[in-house]
Amino acid sequence: MAVLTEDKRKLIGQLQKHLLRWQGFKSPENSSESIGLGSVERAFPNAVFPIGSIHEFIGTTPEQAAATSGFIGGILAALMRKGGVCLWISTSNRLFPPAIKHFGVEPDRIIFIEARREKDILWALEEALKCDRLIAAVAELPAMDFSQSLRLQLAVEKSRVTGFVLRSNPLRVGNTACAARWQITPLPSESDEGVPGVGLPKWGVELLKVRNGNPGYWELKWSAGQFITVSKPEKVSELPMRNRKIG
Amino acid sequence: MEKRFASIWFRHLTADWLALRRPTLRNMPFVLAEPVHGRMVITAANALAETQGIHAGMVVADAKAAVPDLQVIDHPPGLTEKLLEALGLWCIRYTPAVAVAPPDGLILDTTGCTHLWGGERPYLKEIVTRLRDKGYDVRMAIAGTIGTARAVAHYGKAEPIISSGAERDALSPLPPAALRLESDAVQRLRKLGLRTIGSFMSMPRTALRRRFGPELVEKLEQALGQADEYIQPLRPIPPYMERLPCLDPIRTATGIEIAIQRLLEVLCKRLAGEGKGLRQAVLRCYRVDGKMVQVAIRTSSPTAHAAHIFKLFALKIPQIEPALGIELFLMEASKIEDADPVQHALWGGMPGPEDATLAELLDKLAGKTGIHKVSRYLPDEHHWPERSYRLASSIGEKPVTTWRTDQPRPTRLLAKPEPIEVSAPVPDYPPMLFRYKGELHPIRKADGPERIEREWWMDKEERRDYYQVEDEDGRRYWLFRSGHYADGQPQQWFLHGFFA
Repeated sequence: MAVLTEDKRKLIGQLQKHLLRWQGFKSPENSSESIGLGSVERAFPNAVFPIGSIHEFIGTTPEQAAATSGFIGGILAALMRKGGVCLWISTSNRLFPPAIKHFGVEPDRIIFIEARREKDILWALEEALKCDRLIAAVAELPAMDFSQSLRLQLAVEKSRVTGFVLRSNPLRVGNTACAARWQITPLPSESDEGVPGVGLPKWGVELLKVRNGNPGYWELKWSAGQFITVSKPEKVSELPMRNRKIG
Repeated sequence: MEKRFASIWFRHLTADWLALRRPTLRNMPFVLAEPVHGRMVITAANALAETQGIHAGMVVADAKAAVPDLQVIDHPPGLTEKLLEALGLWCIRYTPAVAVAPPDGLILDTTGCTHLWGGERPYLKEIVTRLRDKGYDVRMAIAGTIGTARAVAHYGKAEPIISSGAERDALSPLPPAALRLESDAVQRLRKLGLRTIGSFMSMPRTALRRRFGPELVEKLEQALGQADEYIQPLRPIPPYMERLPCLDPIRTATGIEIAIQRLLEVLCKRLAGEGKGLRQAVLRCYRVDGKMVQVAIRTSSPTAHAAHIFKLFALKIPQIEPALGIELFLMEASKIEDADPVQHALWGGMPGPEDATLAELLDKLAGKTGIHKVSRYLPDEHHWPERSYRLASSIGEKPVTTWRTDQPRPTRLLAKPEPIEVSAPVPDYPPMLFRYKGELHPIRKADGPERIEREWWMDKEERRDYYQVEDEDGRRYWLFRSGHYADGQPQQWFLHGFFA
């Protein structure tokens, strides 16, 4: 296989950008802004975390849900750096408000909505995503089908609100119109040599699906108010087979 | 709330007023008179004249024959009504609902007002003293019904304050005239030897109605609180209410929408003009079949934005059952608050929670039937995890204290700690392994204990020793041991949360 020359690489990069544009992908205006995810952001098109789209997180166990809540908290902290409010919609509130402060979000800037049924959560989420005065809306849902996700995606395209959907039922993981599908699993924490006790929160962050991007697996930890990438991104071919899905 | 009424009786209303205007009249008997059928008839007499046997209703010529030095003054037309109204308006300082009770009294609805003067007795004393200082001879009574208050003010001899429920005892020694009856009914009662209300109070109502007419029974029931009696306040408190009668009964959702829009337009214009906003509104729909259906909405902050309130009602329209048709719509703003004039942001920065558009979104969410609750939390000064945060009372409330981050806290907290089985070899040490929902978790790392003492002044729970533990798969939990270590007693451990 011939080694790619500098010219060819540039050409391919340009063609990729063209392709993205033809596919209707709009590059975000403030593309320089990073949300602190480090190398994970490089998996997304134009190496920018997509704000104003729907991200779904698969978390089946309460431990995964807890890790995902922390991870979303870290992202929300970056999104809400300039002020603003976000919504957290669920059937029964399990998020412990004082804990979210550890991830840099003022818990009083989160408004908790409790709905009775799955249907009502979807309705509330769609209404929230239509309101451009919000930064983000997080919803905890057992499942979501393609048309529902499409409705949400259409709502955010106008308002530029970022939507996070925490899905707890893995049996019904189907195709969705979301920009990315994540799976966060807690990993054993690392503590410095000789220091006993539990160390900093550490997660295995898997991007199962990225629209127009590259899925991957990273290990991140949360330290002093920011994400720190522990391991280098693995190649897609080294990922376990079940994760090799390209959206 | 239990209703309370006060009755003020001006014994010589016009005479006192005249004496105030003409101080020379104070020490002589005088009467006011007006021509009736070509004769001068006395309408009011002062206290001095009354002691000499002069009373209202006498012909002036007869009175002059009895008391030669009697002064007769023409009664200015409309004086009584004007005086009562002026005094009634003066009394609005004591209660917002004051009504005139011609010919010589005022009725005050004192419900919920008297405590501002330290109770009913100081309240009564204050009003009586003020009016007597002005020069009016007044008597006053407070009771649970208008009828009793009036009867006791006019005829009561001992206690001017009648507690609610004691009307029967207070009324029974009073003469029948205290019930404000027609004079022939009073005379008939007297002829039959019924000189006190108590003598006929317990007679069968049907017999009373047959013999003395329906008025007696009605007045008696009103005085005893068995029938309602209403007063017409001098300055009616204007309710924020709009009506929309329809020529043809409305049966469609579109029709209801139009009706709501019209009502809101008028109501919101008025609210905005007065610098107010509504927090709660009720729409009552009166149907052709005589039934009434109503829907209510509430908002998170006072608003007079018609389009927004309409959206909230629009969510409720499916609940309105028009049946054969609605002929009258009634929109009432049942809770009103002062609204800050809306300052629209010049720059489109990200707004705080008090932003109007956001408030409208939250109202919409809260108004939907499937939405359980909309809440925002503020830090609270408690170490006990379940009480470390509290519900914010309003959407714009700022935290008074900061959120604490000095201790690790789990991102997910179980609503109720779940009991787990542990094996902890050493007292006051984290367990080696625990079993939760059938799964065994060998613990690799642990932090703690963090002892959280029970808040004994609030509840009776045991103190908790919290440990942050991590199992071999890297899953992090928040466990606690309830209570003290004691010999021979098994320790109960609980799982309370999941760390990120």
